[in-house]
Amino acid sequence: MTTETLFSIPKKAGQAMVRIEFEGETLHVPDGISVAAALLSSSRGALRTSIVKGTPRAPYCMMGVCFECLVEIDGIPARQGCMTLVRDGMIIRRQSGAPSLEGLASGGKNGE
Amino acid sequence: MANNVNDLVVIGSGPAGMAAAVEARALGMTVSVLDEQPAIGGQIYRRVEDAPEALQMILGKDYGAGRVLAEEFRQSGAAHIPGATVWNLTEDGVIDYVDAGGTRTISATNVLIATGAMERPFPIPGWTLPGVMGAGAAQIMLKSAGAQPAGSVVLAGCGPLLYLLAWQYLRAGVKLAGLVDTTRFSTYVTALGKVHGAVTGRKDLVKGLGLISRVRLARVPIYSGASDLEILGEDHAEGIRFRHKSKSREISAGLVLLHQGVVPNTQLSWSLRAEHRWDAAQLCWTPVTDDAGRLGETQIHVAGDSRRIVGALASAIQGRLSVLAMHERKGGTAQPGHKAELQRQLARYTALRPFLDVLYRPLDEHRIPADHVTVCRCEEVTAGEVRSYVDLGCLGPNQTKSFGRCGMGPCQGRLCGLTVTEIIAAARKVAPGEVGYYRIRPPIKPIHLGSFAQSTS
Repeated sequence: MTTETLFSIPKKAGQAMVRIEFEGETLHVPDGISVAAALLSSSRGALRTSIVKGTPRAPYCMMGVCFECLVEIDGIPARQGCMTLVRDGMIIRRQSGAPSLEGLASGGKNGE
Repeated sequence: MANNVNDLVVIGSGPAGMAAAVEARALGMTVSVLDEQPAIGGQIYRRVEDAPEALQMILGKDYGAGRVLAEEFRQSGAAHIPGATVWNLTEDGVIDYVDAGGTRTISATNVLIATGAMERPFPIPGWTLPGVMGAGAAQIMLKSAGAQPAGSVVLAGCGPLLYLLAWQYLRAGVKLAGLVDTTRFSTYVTALGKVHGAVTGRKDLVKGLGLISRVRLARVPIYSGASDLEILGEDHAEGIRFRHKSKSREISAGLVLLHQGVVPNTQLSWSLRAEHRWDAAQLCWTPVTDDAGRLGETQIHVAGDSRRIVGALASAIQGRLSVLAMHERKGGTAQPGHKAELQRQLARYTALRPFLDVLYRPLDEHRIPADHVTVCRCEEVTAGEVRSYVDLGCLGPNQTKSFGRCGMGPCQGRLCGLTVTEIIAAARKVAPGEVGYYRIRPPIKPIHLGSFAQSTS
């Protein structure tokens, strides 16, 4: 694993922050940025593993075309991290391989 | 869900989409603009409305130009529908999209596809590793979040955006471990022959060269004429290896930003089964349209980079000209001289393009990679596997799907389609135009079934 995050966001006075949870770790990130930008700036390593060979992956395009940033957000698998803005209290998890049907079922319960 | 019939629905709120909306409103048309992003501007003018001043300083003057257009757009009275992912479009102007509230439908007499460009895939060994991203992606990190590389970073490839990002990083105080430039000096000489519009395009040219020399002055190691790029690392990027002046070189970096130009985002025009042709100058597929961007006899126009790569300023003009064509077809007339003036501007903004296409032509080995390189990132299919399909009789990209699921993942071929076209063409020794492309069908973006369950129609 890398020893540092790939990106950093310089702190700004008066910047509104939100609290998100990634793999059980609480992260304080600026409001208004995408989940992918938040994770690239405050966590290390892969966001998911690929569906065929289980290789580590992380966001590549940041504009919604490559689907490398797929993560589970609030129980719903396969969300595009680069297309989803952070929200206070959001719970994000890594995704290994293809999303399971169990995950889809619990996503349904949330009504989203 | 009520069907709102608009005179014009624009898909994409980048320069082409915003300018088209402004033009259409001025002609009295009712206009809705859908965009997948929460804010207007597209990728080039991303966050243009509320970028902090310090960030604007870093991004430079050209970015600031987007503010004027964004303001015009806001004042035009066009409806902006943010967070709208279009997944279906029909020839007669029905558009299905998903937003936070579920699935919705909107109809229009005219539709403008203004979905812009995406970075050209850069299939080289190791390009799927965490720590490898597009330079454009890193620029989006900068524009949208003010995020900068935290550790050692290398920029590699070619094209204006690569140098622009290097320059923006320098202004932001980011240190670059290197700029690995695949452009060759001999290409400059060839490319200069293309500058027929030298006088009109010269300003852009000087600006581009100025960026490179400023990066050079900042003592960033620049490796010009590099080739055979390869990412180092097992679980994440640890650096880049390349050939430079017939020597193999390596630079350590945890973040490698790749770029070799942008290509039209053609998913929507393909999904309409519109005719596309292989553009040998830009090495990509482009929809066949008339001068105003109209697809055949349909109600659909395409403007800006999603028609062919022309850049932000020309895209805006094309958006306006498409709207004038829609207006004329209905029997309307434009203000005298207005159309001619737009056409003059378009000629000026596109004068340098043939030069850029030659100068920044990506290297063959970075488009048509060796056998062991992954080309389909989603289904993890290598170039060698695609070639083995050809040996078995596979004639084009669409058939690679049944041979080995190539192109069938969530990105729907966006990140492998051009590569697969060129690999097959080279293997069959035919022109790329002969092998065709994937058949793109709606939904053109994967959508959650929950979005349908949520909607009541």
